[in-house]
Amino acid sequence: MDSVVPLLRVEGVSKRYGGVRALEKADLSVSTGSIHAILGENGAGKSTLIKVMAGVVAPDEGRMMLDGREVNFASPGAANRAGIACIFQELSLIPELSVADNIVISDPPKRFGMIDRKAQRRVAEDALARAGAGDIHPLALVKDLPLSRRQMVEIAKALARKPRILILDEATSALTATDVANIFGVLKRLRSERLALLYISHRMNEIAELADQCTVFRNGRNVASYKAGSKSDNEVVELMIGREYSHIFPPKPAAAPVSAAPRLEARKLSWADRLDNISLTVRAGEVVGLGGLDGQGQRELLLAFFGVLRGLSGEVLIDGKPVTITSPAAAREDGVGMALIPEDRKTEGLMLPMTVRENLSFAALDRLSKGGIIDRAAEQRLIDDMVGLLAIKTASLDIPVGALSGGNQQKVVIAKWLMRQPRIILLNDPTRGIDVGTKQEIYQLMRKLADAGAAILFYSTDYDELVGCCDRVLVLYDGAVKRELVGAEITERALISSALNIHGEGNPTSQGADA
Amino acid sequence: MKDWRYWLAEQRGTLLALGIFIVMFIIYTSNHPAGFTANVVQTAANKGVLLAFVAMAQTLVVLTAGIDLSVGMIFLLTNCLASWLVVGTPMQTALGVIAVLAVGLLCGAINGAIVIYGRLQPIVATIATGAVFYGIGLLLRPFPGGSVNEDLADALTGRVFGVVPASVVVLLAVVLIVWVPFSRSVLGRAARAAGSSETAAYMSGVPIRRGKFAAYTLAGLLAAIGGLFLTFFTYTGEAAYASGNAYTLFSIAAVVLGGVSLFGGKGSAIGAIFGALAFRTIGDLLFVFDFDPLWQPLFQGVILLVAVSLGAFALFRVRNRLEWFL
Repeated sequence: MDSVVPLLRVEGVSKRYGGVRALEKADLSVSTGSIHAILGENGAGKSTLIKVMAGVVAPDEGRMMLDGREVNFASPGAANRAGIACIFQELSLIPELSVADNIVISDPPKRFGMIDRKAQRRVAEDALARAGAGDIHPLALVKDLPLSRRQMVEIAKALARKPRILILDEATSALTATDVANIFGVLKRLRSERLALLYISHRMNEIAELADQCTVFRNGRNVASYKAGSKSDNEVVELMIGREYSHIFPPKPAAAPVSAAPRLEARKLSWADRLDNISLTVRAGEVVGLGGLDGQGQRELLLAFFGVLRGLSGEVLIDGKPVTITSPAAAREDGVGMALIPEDRKTEGLMLPMTVRENLSFAALDRLSKGGIIDRAAEQRLIDDMVGLLAIKTASLDIPVGALSGGNQQKVVIAKWLMRQPRIILLNDPTRGIDVGTKQEIYQLMRKLADAGAAILFYSTDYDELVGCCDRVLVLYDGAVKRELVGAEITERALISSALNIHGEGNPTSQGADA
Repeated sequence: MKDWRYWLAEQRGTLLALGIFIVMFIIYTSNHPAGFTANVVQTAANKGVLLAFVAMAQTLVVLTAGIDLSVGMIFLLTNCLASWLVVGTPMQTALGVIAVLAVGLLCGAINGAIVIYGRLQPIVATIATGAVFYGIGLLLRPFPGGSVNEDLADALTGRVFGVVPASVVVLLAVVLIVWVPFSRSVLGRAARAAGSSETAAYMSGVPIRRGKFAAYTLAGLLAAIGGLFLTFFTYTGEAAYASGNAYTLFSIAAVVLGGVSLFGGKGSAIGAIFGALAFRTIGDLLFVFDFDPLWQPLFQGVILLVAVSLGAFALFRVRNRLEWFL
């Protein structure tokens, strides 16, 4: 296969977002008539690479060759016209339009200048049938469909474009087993029709079944390419980790204080189809991590504790007493004392145009005011304490918080909640997109708060952080706790293999010899 | 599910508006001293179509998840302009009509260009352009006055075959010539797609900008048709600030009443037309009951509040409270 000229070649592509390197001189070639799997951890650069290939993101450097000619895609539309269809992780369907409207969206059949609805219906029915989703009515509105059906529509939409290169980014993550089997049939047929397929998945068994060729990404680079089946699962995991980190984590206490009664406890917590029978405890003085692949219900779990989700089943207990928390305002009340450091500080954590001072005191205004009037002196004292404690670097307290660096913004979000002296702290990926220095400060702070008696539940997409910070880690998969790692069991390898839901560590499923 | 049920679900807003309109109109005519006569229908139609045209204009912009606060002012500006230009020989009159419509298109295109290429928020951009349009209208007609080709005016505000109001026929023609092609064209779909989810539309390679531009431009045209009709009814041009503002705000009410979502992507101009007719009928209801006209704004407001509350029931089904704020 090496002698064949690849259909698409990506050479030395780099992309930075602010100070973060998403891709660094990545290479990839895709050949017709094959399924090429891409593997890597969260944040290894896979998604960015695909976005470059699909014309969503312009690379900072590097080039792409299609049929041996250099191409530059200015927009997703341009990539489409060149024959590249992409099924994104975050669906690209338009909720208020019908299934048929969506399937033909990029190039609807026309008659007399108007969209030919009969022809559109035929195209849609044909594409749905090809995707094995004949059960979906072409006139149904996309917003009325459950997630798994939407994903099938997304696949049908890509097929209707008759692409030469089809990219699937976690396209099966929300599908039922029957759908997956259907899709695999379709993909294999497309391979025999000489399409080039790129398949990104975290599910090792899917890759073992489908892929001809595999490429592993790590830290924005392709680190290994090999023929499918020539490496064991463990070897692949090894390739995905294989890096050295120099984070400085604070020392953990020798043994977790098991004696303490649980501060926060969940019993059989379920919600919609995202949380599945979750039971857990967090004790005072303990840092408990949530691991697993991104989007396995970790965010929903934190929101459930914080009173954001409705229709929750199961029990939440604080200090052993059952509580029903129906809003974030109730969650922060004295009896509960909960704080949530949200994932997206720009929308859920801060009011960007308002000043640092205002943002800091939002969560604690009720404590700082008497009869609705804010006690400015008390506010100032508390703010001074926090700015000192967290070493927030700001020119003044009266500038818009949006003017601060990402790391300092995140400190403001944390400080804002610490002003209430919370007893339970939920953190949702708090170090995403901030610099290493601030990360270290946040690690130290977490440990300090735990030592002072707080119960901490910490979700991170960075496995290294979980290893470095947590006393225990619960690994979530598909909305359920799949594994609990305690103390020395928390290793990157254990985290990754349980995140990928590979059963047993020393159990290679490969059939081939070493590469 | 059968095809017709999907069709029904899609047209629910429009049918609801039609229902409200029919009920209100029956109450109105059955209590009218003259009863259900061609004359009563003609007068009601002539008042109703003015708002209907402006509401259609508003619909196009609202579908893109924008809002056009200048529609009422385009309506006034074209009224003032028509009171100068739509006069004289049939040839001169025809050219005048074309010029008025062209100015409407231009106003809409300016709005579109500012919102899409200037990336200003629609609400601010159209407040500003609306003030400009009103200002030009005021310069054209500092005092009410002017005239219009009365033969044309009488023909378009009269009756066809003695029973059907001519204004309704024109309204129907505009629906067929402007709305139907737009809603079935690629650009119309692009406008709706952009209103429903701009990111998804972009990711799918939809011509978002051209679609939105077409929506704003055609909104200007529709408001201008409304302005022409205002001239045909009144025979004069008048830059009446309060009236322009009222039309803008009523057009938003009519659009909501007609099942068009202010979040964009959902609804039809036909629904908005029924919304406008229903809104007008509600306003006139008090007169047939001999109430003091002082009660009209209060009454109209309460009915509107009840009608738009119907759309809020979906919020009770939300399971993630963060979705309330989306």
